[in-house]
Amino acid sequence: MRAKTFAKGVHPWDFKELSKQRPTEVVKPGKRVVIPLHQHTGAPAEPLVKKGDRLLVGQKIGEAKGFISAPVHSSVSGTVLSVAPFLSPVGRKVLCVEIENDDGYEVNPSIRPCHEGIEEYTPQEVRESVREAGIVGLGGAAFPTAVKLSPPKDQTIDAVVLNGAECEPYLTTDHRLMLERADEILKAAEAVRMTVGAKEIHVGIEENKGDVIDLWSRKVKGIPHVHVEAVKTKYPQGGEKMLIKALLNREVPCGGLPFNVGVIVQNVGTLNAVYDSLTTGMPLIKRGLTISGDGVAKPSNLEVSIGTLFSDLIEGCGGYKGDVNRVLMGGPMMGISQSTDQVPVIKATSGILVMAGAAPGGKEYPCIGCNSCTNHCPMGLVPTTIVSLVRAGKAMESKDWGLTDCMECGTCAFVCPAHIPLVQWVRYGKAEYLKEKKRLESQG
Amino acid sequence: MLMAIIIMGGVAFFFSTVLVIADKKLRVEVDPRIEEIAALLPQANCGGCGFPGCKGYATAIVMNGAPVGKCAPSGAEVNEAIGRIMGVEVSERVRRVVRVHCRGAESVAARKALYVGIPSCQAVSMVQSGDKLCDWGCLGYGDCAKACPFGGITLGENGLPQVNEEVCTGCGLCVASCPKKILQLHGIDERVIVACRSEDPPKQAKSSCANACIGCGICARACPEAVEVKNHLACVKDPGGFSDECIAKLEKCPTGAIGPVDQGKAEALRAEGA
Repeated sequence: MRAKTFAKGVHPWDFKELSKQRPTEVVKPGKRVVIPLHQHTGAPAEPLVKKGDRLLVGQKIGEAKGFISAPVHSSVSGTVLSVAPFLSPVGRKVLCVEIENDDGYEVNPSIRPCHEGIEEYTPQEVRESVREAGIVGLGGAAFPTAVKLSPPKDQTIDAVVLNGAECEPYLTTDHRLMLERADEILKAAEAVRMTVGAKEIHVGIEENKGDVIDLWSRKVKGIPHVHVEAVKTKYPQGGEKMLIKALLNREVPCGGLPFNVGVIVQNVGTLNAVYDSLTTGMPLIKRGLTISGDGVAKPSNLEVSIGTLFSDLIEGCGGYKGDVNRVLMGGPMMGISQSTDQVPVIKATSGILVMAGAAPGGKEYPCIGCNSCTNHCPMGLVPTTIVSLVRAGKAMESKDWGLTDCMECGTCAFVCPAHIPLVQWVRYGKAEYLKEKKRLESQG
Repeated sequence: MLMAIIIMGGVAFFFSTVLVIADKKLRVEVDPRIEEIAALLPQANCGGCGFPGCKGYATAIVMNGAPVGKCAPSGAEVNEAIGRIMGVEVSERVRRVVRVHCRGAESVAARKALYVGIPSCQAVSMVQSGDKLCDWGCLGYGDCAKACPFGGITLGENGLPQVNEEVCTGCGLCVASCPKKILQLHGIDERVIVACRSEDPPKQAKSSCANACIGCGICARACPEAVEVKNHLACVKDPGGFSDECIAKLEKCPTGAIGPVDQGKAEALRAEGA
């Protein structure tokens, strides 16, 4: 059977052989841990601790403010050194809690699960526990999971999609999780399915993970409502809109969310966190990530505490190797370049890539109108026109061309033969658009 | 032939009559003052007054009673003339110019990373809040120079914007274009400027820029009426509170972040009556 997929997209070399055979190792954080209070999509959390306070593992240090927000918890036991702005890997300074780790890992005694088994939870308990545990989407966008589990009342959800595509090159943490924690993830998926009242579970796994597809197909044999399906190895197959199109042939409307077509999408890493939190009561204080790239001595898959500094992790993987050119948080397509390795792992850190050698791209040339970007854009946009409008200072007009529908996957910039920084222009345009919209609103 | 002349003449007469009647009946009264005021305004359409262009401002003055004297590029004379047309008194206002609040030239303020991408301050500031070690300093990609409709700002060789105060009209477009708020409007006769915006603690400020204000407070002790230190940064709280002797004492500033503005130039401009 031919693997399912979406229209357009690109085929970058996946570089997953660097780390996919390495089992997940648990690493302890360093002496100093920095935990940002804004690691998720939505409103930042408000600090609950102050300088000098003693913290225990799992203690809440930031309270969620508003519906779309998530609380933040301490991943170590120790003393608060300061509550101050530090550079976060997303590229701006955010309020952080800096903790001196006492290496005792004394657990907050109030942490215990609601129920013994994950099957005993009611939908409302699942939502509340997930919200209190500060669980967000671990695929990279860090959207609060509890919000996803609370679709509007008038919207029926009939399918839960498990995102095991992991389409970004280099990253293998989800690959390892699906091999090592298949039963746990499936149990959590069942809990999520019950919570939103869906009938079916669809698992989308890219073809390049043949061992996972075999394992999972065996696991779900005899369970009629769980479907494990191979999807084509193609970027950005793991985008939720792309995955829904591939697995269910439904199209999320412009400006809409997956629940508009009766679907919720959960990353396998998120479900692993949901399982852990529901069975132990421990909030989200660690996550899996991949350290890879040709600039690091030993590419690895790690289970890391939130707040561990990049420098500690890179050192633990044998340090830098060769002529290191850049450090990225996330995959090479959507990852964010870092200006320093003194930044902490946050809930959205799916990987740390260390690249050696010359930077990709090159001198920028004018657009030659080759249409490559349009032919590859998975959202069906015309990136070159959007960017031309933004460049001309017409961000408002570029909205009509789908400026705000762009998910910044980087496909257009990847294929552009003129090396135009299309994604950066789109981000710039989105900022200009919001500014202009605000200005017009304030004028009435 | 004759017939054609009569027909064409008749048609011409008929339509001209219609036009004359229409002109009388459908006339839209335009306040002649709008045209008069618009003619006085500089036609730079900079938008500094907050209205859409010079004609827009003229209309707003006459029709909606917008305050006279909002046009920064026009000198006092023009504003007075507009005041005469409208029959209002225009209060004397000090000419305002834009000044640069950063001395973090390429040689003293290090960059933290190599930036490859759109050469615009706005774009750079969205990545890692800029490529300079100092989070507050001028990024030097020249958004202000591009924004100035009068060509009053150039990027110097040191990577900092240089304002030609004779050309600057104080319209404020560059102020809005700067993501780091390095450019600010000042009265032309303000004598002292704090050319730094860094609120970082002293150690950090000094490590990221040799010319940064470190909040030591020497200036605040020298001119207690005029300067105070807030968030590790000297601030001018009263621009009029500087005496000659206290300005002389500002030379003790260890980094040169605070100091007198080039008075020669300011004097010359005042002498012009601008």
